[in-house]
Amino acid sequence: MLDGDDHQDGGEVLVHHEVHRGRKLVEVRGLKMYFPITAGVLRRKVGDVKAVDNLSFDIYEGETLGLVGESGCGKSTTGRAVLRLYDVTDGMVKIDGQEIAKADAGIVRKMRPTMQMVFQDPQASLNPRMTVASIIREPLDEHTKLSKKEKLDRIYELMDAVGLNRRFANRYPHEFSGGQRQRIGIARALALNPKFIVCDEPIAALDVSIQAQVVNLLEELQDRLGLTYLFISHDLSMVRHIADRVAVMYLGQMAELAPRDALYEEPLHPYTEALLSAVPDPDPATETRRERIILRGDVPSPANPPKGCNFCTRCPKVMDVCKDVEPEFRQVRPGRFVACHLYGETTR
Amino acid sequence: MLNYTIRRLILAIPTLLFISLIIFALLKLAPGNPLGDLPLTIPPEVRAKMREALGVNKPLLVQYILWLKEFFWVEPLHLFDVLFGTHFSDGMQRIISWQTRSPVFDIIAQRIPQTLWVVGLAYVVGVLIALPIGILSAYRQYSVFDQVGTFASMLGLAVPPFFSGVLVILVFSVYLGWFPAIYDTNLQVNDWHSFVEQLRQMVMPVLVLAIQTTSQISRYLRSSMLDNLSQDYVRTARAKGMTEWVVVMTHVLRNSMIPVITVIALGVPAIFGGAIVTEQIFLVNGIGQLLISAIYSNDLPMVQTLTFIFAVLIVVFNLIADLLYGVLDPRIRYD
Repeated sequence: MLDGDDHQDGGEVLVHHEVHRGRKLVEVRGLKMYFPITAGVLRRKVGDVKAVDNLSFDIYEGETLGLVGESGCGKSTTGRAVLRLYDVTDGMVKIDGQEIAKADAGIVRKMRPTMQMVFQDPQASLNPRMTVASIIREPLDEHTKLSKKEKLDRIYELMDAVGLNRRFANRYPHEFSGGQRQRIGIARALALNPKFIVCDEPIAALDVSIQAQVVNLLEELQDRLGLTYLFISHDLSMVRHIADRVAVMYLGQMAELAPRDALYEEPLHPYTEALLSAVPDPDPATETRRERIILRGDVPSPANPPKGCNFCTRCPKVMDVCKDVEPEFRQVRPGRFVACHLYGETTR
Repeated sequence: MLNYTIRRLILAIPTLLFISLIIFALLKLAPGNPLGDLPLTIPPEVRAKMREALGVNKPLLVQYILWLKEFFWVEPLHLFDVLFGTHFSDGMQRIISWQTRSPVFDIIAQRIPQTLWVVGLAYVVGVLIALPIGILSAYRQYSVFDQVGTFASMLGLAVPPFFSGVLVILVFSVYLGWFPAIYDTNLQVNDWHSFVEQLRQMVMPVLVLAIQTTSQISRYLRSSMLDNLSQDYVRTARAKGMTEWVVVMTHVLRNSMIPVITVIALGVPAIFGGAIVTEQIFLVNGIGQLLISAIYSNDLPMVQTLTFIFAVLIVVFNLIADLLYGVLDPRIRYD
C-alpha cells in the first residue's frame, strides 16, 4: 500500500515521473478479494482465501502494464476484480475517474463500455449458442442506439479490424480455430470503443505461431485506438515484448512494479530475480551458462499466508525481520516499487 | 437433418416389429383365460365356439400376423375412410376388444381426451412451475429458497401418487369440501358454470401429477443451470454490461434448456400412457384406467395394442428429443 509517508518521500519523483506518462486511467488502492471458505452442514464460514490481498497500483493512459506471477498467485482475480467482475472485499478502483469497486451495479454497467476484458479461454468464454455477429452485436444492443444497419456495419468493421473474414459472421464459435476465437473475443471487447482492456492471459491457450499474431494484433490495435492494457500473463518473454511496465505478483500481493527494461535488467525483489532466472535464453551459448535460482518448497496456501513477508518461506535472501514484519510496497527508486525488507533503508 | 430423420425412421421399423413380437409373446406366455369371467353354466361346445370366434385357436404365428395386418393396414385404412368418407376398409376385420366386442381404436378415441386433459395439463403445469423454481434455486444456490425447493422436490419425488392422491382427497374434498373427489367424465363444458366445474374437478388430479413432474424437471434444470452459471461465457456476458436478467434468461437459461428440453420431450409419451394409479384414484376413465381394466379381464388385443402404441410413442419421442438437441445446440449436427 502506498501510505502517506512514502507519498511525501517519493512524491516529487512520482510527479516528475507522471509528467511524461500522461494521466492515470486506472487507480487501484488497497484492493482485496477474499473468497470465503465454508465448511460443515450449515456451510458456516471458516476462513478466507486471500486471492488478492492489498494491491495498489496505477495504470497510465496508453500504456501496457504487464502483470506476471506463477499460477494461483491471483493475477486473473486481480484482473476480474479491477473490472468489478467480482464483488471486491475491500479497496478502491477508479477507472477514468469513476470509482467502481463499491459503486452500484447500475453505475458499473454504465462503465462497461469504457472497460473491457479479453478472456483466457477463447472457447469457453463465447456463448456456444450465439453466432459471431450476435456475440459482437449484443453489447451494441445494450449500450448504443444504433440502427440495425449501423450495427451490422460496426460488426463488419470490427471483424475487419481483427482480421476475421466477414463471411464468418453467421457462424458459431465452435466452427473456428483457437486463434480465430480469440479474435472474436477481441472484436467483442472492442465493440464499444473501450479505453481500458484487461487481457487475461489472452495467448495462454494458443500455440506459439498464433500467439505472435494475437499479440501483434493487440499492439496494432493499441497504437490505432490508443488503448490501455492490463496484460496478465505468465509468459515473461511475451510480457517483456508487449509491456511498458511490469508488475510481479506473489501469493496475492504485489512483489515488484517497475518499468520493463529496468525490471528485466536488474530485478530488485528476490522473487522477481528467481522468476526471471527461469526464462530460457534462445542463445545456446548463454543458455548453458544461465544460472537458475531454484526456489524450494511450495507456495503457501492463500488461505493461510505466512506471517511477515509472504515470500519469507521460500526466499533465498530471507532475514529475521521478514518472518515477523510485513514489508511495505514502496517506491525505492524513481518509478520502481518493491515490497521487500532488503530495500527498507534506501527510502528511509 | 432430413436424411438423419429418414434413416432413424427406417431403423425404427425393425425395432418396433421386434417390440411388438416381444409384447405378443409375453402376453401369450402370461396365464389367464379370456373366457374366465363368463358364467360356468355356458356349455362347453358354446365355449369352444366362442373361443373360435375370438380367434384364440389359430396358430400363434397366424394370430400375430393377423394382429400386425389389422394394426398396420386395416386401422390406418379405416382412419382414412373416416377422415375422407371413403369405403376402402369396409368388411375388413378391425382389432376387436374381447371385453366389449367393439373396435379397440374406438374405445381409445373415447378415452384419450380425458387422459390428455388431465395428464397432459398436469405435465404442462408441472413444467411451467418447475422452470422458475429451477432457475431461482440455481441462481441463489444454497439460499433458503434453494434448500426449501430441494426438500420439496425430494418429497415430491418420494411420495407416490397413491398416497398424495388420497391425501389431497381427504384434505380438500372431505375436510374442506373445496373440490369434488370424483372426476365426472360426463360433464359437458358448454357454459361458464360447467367450465368452472370442470376446472374444479381437474385441480386435484392435475396437482398430484404435476408434483412429480415439477420435482423432476426443477432438479434437472437446477443442475443444468449451475453447470452453465459457472461457465466463462457468463462472465463474458457480465463484462459486456448485460443486465442480470439478460445474463440469466438469455445466456444461461438458453444453454441450460438444451438437456432439459430433451428430458421434457422424453416424458411426453408417458402422458399418452395415462396415469394408471392417479386415474384410478380420481376415477378419471382415461387410457391408464383402460389399460388396467383390460389387464384384469385378459383383454389381450386391447393390452397388446395399447402397449404397442406406447412403444411407438417412445420411439418417436426419442427421435424428436434427438432432433431437438440438434436444433438447440449448434455444436451438434447430424449430417
